Amino acid sequence: MKEMQPVLSGETVSPPDARGRFGEYGGRFVPETLIPALDELTEAWTRARADAAYTAELATLLETYAGRPTPLFRADRLAKEVGLAKVYLKREDLLHTGAHKLNNTLGQALLARRMGKKRVIAETGAGQHGVATATVCALLGLECIVYMGELDVARQAPNVSRMKLLGAEVRPVVSGSRTLKDAMNEAIRDWVTNVRTTYYCIGSAAGPHPYPLMVRELQKIIGEEIAVQALNAEGRLPDAVVACVGGGSNAIGALHRFVREPAVELYGVEAAGHGLDSGKHGASLARGQPGVLHGSRSYLLQNEDGQISEAHSISAGLDYPGVGPELSHLRDQGRLKLLCATDDEALAAFQVLAKSEGILCALESAHAVAALRKLPPRQFIVVNLSGRGDKDLGTILEALK
Amino acid sequence: MTRLSEGFPRGRTALVCYLMGGDGDTAALLQAIDEAGADVIELGLPFSDPIADGPVLQAAATRALSNGATVKGVLALAGKLRLRAPVVAMGYMNPIERMGAHVFAKNLKDHGLSGAIVPDLPLEEASPLRDTLSDQGLDLVPLVAPTTPVERAKKIAKTARGFLYYVSVTGVTGARASLPDDLANRLAELRTISPVPVAVGFGIAKPEQAAALKGKADGIVVGTALVKTAHEGGPNAAAAFVRSLRSVL
Repeated sequence: MKEMQPVLSGETVSPPDARGRFGEYGGRFVPETLIPALDELTEAWTRARADAAYTAELATLLETYAGRPTPLFRADRLAKEVGLAKVYLKREDLLHTGAHKLNNTLGQALLARRMGKKRVIAETGAGQHGVATATVCALLGLECIVYMGELDVARQAPNVSRMKLLGAEVRPVVSGSRTLKDAMNEAIRDWVTNVRTTYYCIGSAAGPHPYPLMVRELQKIIGEEIAVQALNAEGRLPDAVVACVGGGSNAIGALHRFVREPAVELYGVEAAGHGLDSGKHGASLARGQPGVLHGSRSYLLQNEDGQISEAHSISAGLDYPGVGPELSHLRDQGRLKLLCATDDEALAAFQVLAKSEGILCALESAHAVAALRKLPPRQFIVVNLSGRGDKDLGTILEALK
Repeated sequence: MTRLSEGFPRGRTALVCYLMGGDGDTAALLQAIDEAGADVIELGLPFSDPIADGPVLQAAATRALSNGATVKGVLALAGKLRLRAPVVAMGYMNPIERMGAHVFAKNLKDHGLSGAIVPDLPLEEASPLRDTLSDQGLDLVPLVAPTTPVERAKKIAKTARGFLYYVSVTGVTGARASLPDDLANRLAELRTISPVPVAVGFGIAKPEQAAALKGKADGIVVGTALVKTAHEGGPNAAAAFVRSLRSVL
């Protein structure tokens, strides 16, 4: 099957345009200081992507280091629990470091090395992107600094320890809501200050152009593998693909391959927190308005005055008031259908998956599993299981008390 | 010449003073710095996620928002004052988009402001807002950074109205112990290509630093140091600080 899985395959048929616009979304809304660096990054990425040496090294690392391709597992006992015919799980939780994030950080760290940048910074929410960045920096001998909201440092303690053991410096961020949004603010401030020496490794398909494009191109291998594996297993593409949506990197990675397949329905599952009407949720696509945050235009949770609202989710990776520009565009086109799951529904789904299939998934991914109960009956569903749940055990045990 | 560029006097380096709207007694503070000799006033519009600002201005925005300040409220407050110096709003893009560019422009005009500075709106994204402001006779002040290549600086300068803002250091707002060695050269280069006055900001905190830049730019911007002084000492301290800066220019 491997020869059917060329890394960075396929034409970039879809947006963005040259300015990084997906319809009305995307673009570059950053201080002038960063514009030349973003131009340099765009050029370096375009050259790397066309360079056989870069793609070959990435392909080798994805296979021999990260563990690609990840399996597509038929979860019959789960399907029965949720009343669906066939449910398959795309096992990104089995990737090295325990989540899909490594697909992106491997590609970006190789790029950083090509660009001669020795200092890498990253933001992280749940800590999975931070761990994935710390991991590749250790692998390639790069300095790594991870910004993480103080609240997330507390609720994702195992990942903080992992990053430190991998040699990264974790800088807790005490401003604002002390979560992912504020970690990203602080990482951007670091980059503005140290732009000449520093590579900023963004983990979501968000931020200024070319990040949403680059992260999608590095994550879309998830969906490309799903397509091949679905054909092998069932002789056809799935009826629907389901992924949780925080910033959107696992979602765009799993869904992008199928945007051009009208028979495949695409579902994004957002965090409903305490409920969509409670004001405490992370459903930017369902309940936000277009605006500008972290360098691009997209759907945002914000108040009447244009101040960014604090998101809420039991899962740190979905606790973000924005979402990537490409998903914003797909939402407006009606191509991406929206679902949501509350904290309680995600916790219940976590337990159902654990007891029916023997898989402890991340709380982020549990939102996608929870949404299976809300899907119209379809024959063949694929759920992207973006990460594993070890990091969340403390939160889950506390919540189940 | 627009009202904003007229704020830069001939033959003297102008003092551009920044205050965060809604942080403390903004009306009293604006009046105090106006009387103390500010040539141009930058009125900060508070935003929850100010990525171009260091800790002092972040904290000022947080205080303003927790006091209940809103962008419309801050603009209306400025409109009630009779200030000698032209006032330019400095704020981030999201609140402007949320309000709508046309409503924002109308608010600026109705409340007597002269234009806007938007630090997260680079050249490629700026033309819709610039045109909307221009329709109301208002200026969009663009920024040039130390990382901006000369050819790009020329393109930016071509769009400049009111004045051109040169960011002295790569980094966020906030006091610096020293300024870059090549600052005078960059400023000289910009003044030859800019059709409007060139002001330099970010990092200037002390009268000695202001004195060193005298004559090298058309204006110097003092923000963080003034916001800190105003927060700690109120209008009298802010006025004294402005006078100490004016006296060396």
